[in-house]
Amino acid sequence: MAEMLEVSGITKRFGGLVAVNNVSFSVREKEILSVIGPNGAGKSTLFKLISSFLRPTAGEVRLKGERISGLAPHIAARRGVVRTFQETTIFKNMSVRDNVIIAHHLRSKASLLGFFLGTGTAIADEAAFGQSADEILALLGLSSLTNETARNLPHGHLRALGIAIGLATNPSILLLDEPFAGMNHDETMRMVEMVRRLRERGLTILLVEHDMPAVMKISDRLVVLNFGQKIAEGTPSEIQANEKVIEAYLGSEDEAIGL
Amino acid sequence: MTRNRNTRIAAVVVFLAIVFVVVPAAISSSGRFDLYYTLTSVALLSIASAGVWLTFYIGRINIGQGAYALTGGYVSAILVMNHGWSFWLTLPVAGLFCAAASVLIGLPILRLRGVYFAMVTLVLTEVARLLALALPITNGAKGIVSIPLPGALSIFGLTIIPDFATLQNSRLAFYLLAVTLMVVCFAVMYRLVNSRIGKLCQSLQQNEELASSIGVNIAYLRVIAYAVSSFFGGVSGAIFAAISQSIYPSSFTVTDSVNFMLNCFLGGLGYVFGPMLGTLVLYFGWDLLFQTGQFQLLIYSGLMIVLMLVLPNGLLSLAETTRKKG
Repeated sequence: MAEMLEVSGITKRFGGLVAVNNVSFSVREKEILSVIGPNGAGKSTLFKLISSFLRPTAGEVRLKGERISGLAPHIAARRGVVRTFQETTIFKNMSVRDNVIIAHHLRSKASLLGFFLGTGTAIADEAAFGQSADEILALLGLSSLTNETARNLPHGHLRALGIAIGLATNPSILLLDEPFAGMNHDETMRMVEMVRRLRERGLTILLVEHDMPAVMKISDRLVVLNFGQKIAEGTPSEIQANEKVIEAYLGSEDEAIGL
Repeated sequence: MTRNRNTRIAAVVVFLAIVFVVVPAAISSSGRFDLYYTLTSVALLSIASAGVWLTFYIGRINIGQGAYALTGGYVSAILVMNHGWSFWLTLPVAGLFCAAASVLIGLPILRLRGVYFAMVTLVLTEVARLLALALPITNGAKGIVSIPLPGALSIFGLTIIPDFATLQNSRLAFYLLAVTLMVVCFAVMYRLVNSRIGKLCQSLQQNEELASSIGVNIAYLRVIAYAVSSFFGGVSGAIFAAISQSIYPSSFTVTDSVNFMLNCFLGGLGYVFGPMLGTLVLYFGWDLLFQTGQFQLLIYSGLMIVLMLVLPNGLLSLAETTRKKG
């Protein structure tokens, strides 16, 4: 399988603190790859580095061979790396449908002036976006809520809307920031199904997550971080058997205190 | 849908009839020609306020419109007085000059949010005043006076607008000029807000991070909106200078900048026509309270506070709630 995203030797320092230290891995096309690790392992920083919200101190990120690290976030999005947000980051005062329509911005062929003047291209864009938005909302089970103001949605639907916004940009790779956080078992299982469906549609997915059972269920491969370093990489069963990982999660205090 | 559209067209026609026919007719029959000046001011102030409203729409509190109004006034005055330009040509030039200046100023300061941006823009008004005092070209505290009235505007030998100095009633002429520009300004604003650009601006207002993650060039869009806003400020300042035939460093001060912002608050930040209504109510409200003498400011501020508490979404939100109930 071809490699979609390549992270090589990426490092991020905040002053004296090394949040991510020389991490390398790659995501293959149509793969679901999860980055896991204990609190403070540097997952979120890594996530921001890949989505170009942070500039790496060293190393680089390549998408289909093209360097994307160091670009502005909106340019990285244009190239095809799109992230969702950990918290319920949406356009709160717009309708659900408008949230998704606006996220089609990248696909628009008309210029700002074209939109102002209402040219043929702009009108065609609008119609196409509306139709595509309805399809995406249907895919994520939000069809019944299209005209609801986004701020009124329940938690689980908000997360789905966040993903709908990401999908609307038509990304090559979608980065999901803790998609299962704060969800109960049923909601998590529904979300797992949804993410799988996205992959079946040909999307490559990288996710950062805490929820172990969900991650083991959903991922093709995992990358484990601890204290900013990659300590393991492999399939779920390989990771579950990896001693370094077990140590990182359970701690090695037992030995230290002589048990 | 079509019914909705018809009512909208009807509303526009009624509005145009009122400002272009009913008001001039009422004024000439009542003989209160001073009202022309008042209404001209309202129209011009509402253009400047519309600019401020647009910056609110991208999520920035702008208390610096006075700076651009002052700049626009000086640009027009200097070009007319020192270079013999026609006023009509200086009008767009004043607007474009302000827009260009706002791009240079906006690039660094639009990165700031909330109260920080507000503070910087507040200082901007004061900087503009001090610059006007200090620069040789602006003639310091004495200002620029006896600016000639706008001359005739003719294209291909066809006179479109007559020389204001030859008119018996230049007040009416200024009124018509200001109102026409106001109508154009709000038509542009309405179109901006109801096109995709409006949605993009809203996306900035509601969440800049998310907007940039879906590929919106937020820095570019912010600067564009700010430039349009300043263009309106510059144009309205230029006409003010032409009406009063003078411009001083104190023509637009921090108080004016604050008033532009209050006009938007009062009318409603969620409604394109908010600044127009806000300016009208605030301008006349202040004049009506004149009779209360020393208590004018106290009552005025008290009323403003009450209004903001009771109607946080502005006067136009009243229309919305009644429509929903009905």
